[in-house]
Amino acid sequence: MRETLRIGAGAGFSGDRLEPAAVLAERGRIQYLVLECLGERTVALAQLRKRQDPARGYDPLLERRIELLLPLLRRHGVRLITNMGAANPIAAADAIIAIARTRKTPIRVAVVTGDDVLAKIEPGELTLETQAPIAKYGELVSANAYLGAAALLPALQSGADIVITGRVADPSLFVAPMVHEYGWQLDDVDRLARGTSIGHLLECAGQLCGGYFAEPGRKDVPDMAHLGFPYADVDADGSATLGKVERTGGCITLATAKEQLLYEVTDPFGYVTPDVVADFSTVTMREAGPDRIDVRGATGKARPAKLKVSVGYLAGYVGEGEISYGGANALARARLAGDIIRERLDREFPDLRIDLIGSTSLHGKSFDPAEQPYEVRLRVAARAPTPEHASLVGEEVEALYTNGPAGGGGTRKYVREQVGIVSTLIERERVPTKVILREWSRDAQAA
Amino acid sequence: MPKLHELAHCRAGDKGDTSILSLIAYRAEDYPLLAERVTVDAVRRHLQGIVLGEVTRYELPGLWALQFVCARTLNGGVTTSLALDAHGKSLSYALLEMNV
Repeated sequence: MRETLRIGAGAGFSGDRLEPAAVLAERGRIQYLVLECLGERTVALAQLRKRQDPARGYDPLLERRIELLLPLLRRHGVRLITNMGAANPIAAADAIIAIARTRKTPIRVAVVTGDDVLAKIEPGELTLETQAPIAKYGELVSANAYLGAAALLPALQSGADIVITGRVADPSLFVAPMVHEYGWQLDDVDRLARGTSIGHLLECAGQLCGGYFAEPGRKDVPDMAHLGFPYADVDADGSATLGKVERTGGCITLATAKEQLLYEVTDPFGYVTPDVVADFSTVTMREAGPDRIDVRGATGKARPAKLKVSVGYLAGYVGEGEISYGGANALARARLAGDIIRERLDREFPDLRIDLIGSTSLHGKSFDPAEQPYEVRLRVAARAPTPEHASLVGEEVEALYTNGPAGGGGTRKYVREQVGIVSTLIERERVPTKVILREWSRDAQAA
Repeated sequence: MPKLHELAHCRAGDKGDTSILSLIAYRAEDYPLLAERVTVDAVRRHLQGIVLGEVTRYELPGLWALQFVCARTLNGGVTTSLALDAHGKSLSYALLEMNV
């Protein structure tokens, strides 16, 4: 058994920076590298790409991340775990094998499947959000159950260099190697809870190291242009020390770690994953050195009976338009522009939203009573059933150039498709998972 | 009357239509003041027009933190919201505008 296990977090979302993962693999002395790249909506968007091309539907940055990491994984003995499979993990594995073949790098990839439950979801099932039937929302494009660490264990036991999955609960991507390396029982709730707290701290990568944290003068973070991504040294008990690679930017402090521990947690006394229900209120943290924080003490209760399913549906289109005003009376001119748009579009777009960027777009009001911004950007957004209809919004805003208030400049217009997400529950027995192996070796090439 | 911004830091997270605001004192000795002043009612009042649903407060003295879970705050939910900041990432700084 290992003395400690070092797991690095090389990506916190699909669009995350590429090179911090390479730094971790090269200089981090890590055993596992986890890339968490699958947001709530990402899998539904991937499903749409798969519809257009059955060979796609995995993370759009997969090839670039693998090209960068493949030689480093091998050289430094690092195993990769990632949910970049998105809606099509088997195609993702094939894409990885294709890269390995070109580079003549022997590789074994284990694919975890079973999360896609679209064929099993009944339209009459009720959503957790509104208790309304799923069918009411519109055409369904995806339904993915959140798998737990258990689904990844056979993949890790297979000796694969890379484990690729679709939807897995984010902390479970980190808990899986802990369970695998230390042989934890799947009902050892306190160890699983401690592991889950560590996985949760790592899952957003840079957000533990000063990303989404910095405020000049009050919460200063050094060298954010080269933010280092974190790792955890996890012991057999699930306690861990957080750290990051030397000579990288960012910082890990009690403050950054506390913010991340509580991030997106709707109940700190009962954080639910497929593995365990973890109580974070008992967590204690201690500074163990520069950029090193000891984390221990999470406690657990038995895992939930059912798995959460996130369901994606087509939610129509959104049209947007923007235009800027500056100088004297900028706010009044932007408001006038908004009034004009409202009068022209109100009847056709019942959901019309008008924002004044630089004044009230974020919080709906300004908390500063004396506010008189020098420049204001009008933003108009509305939902529409077709892209053609949605494009009217931007066209109307653009027409303010010659028909609106004085000094309006810099218009932009956008139309985008919206995919909504709701959730429901599914019995575990209805979500059997499977591991499929793909391999490339020099022998295979000879044969 | 100091602003909350001087005593605490805050991070916003989202789950569907719910915004989660983690409020953390910079110093342990300021936590009791936060616990006393930053009540559910005070947050509801301060974020009027933003938070439309129920507010739940969790107390985490070991972390010097209060966790506010605010229902019906993100215009129906991140994925279908028309708002510019659909995730409500910036709401942490709306809370820190509160006077305590």
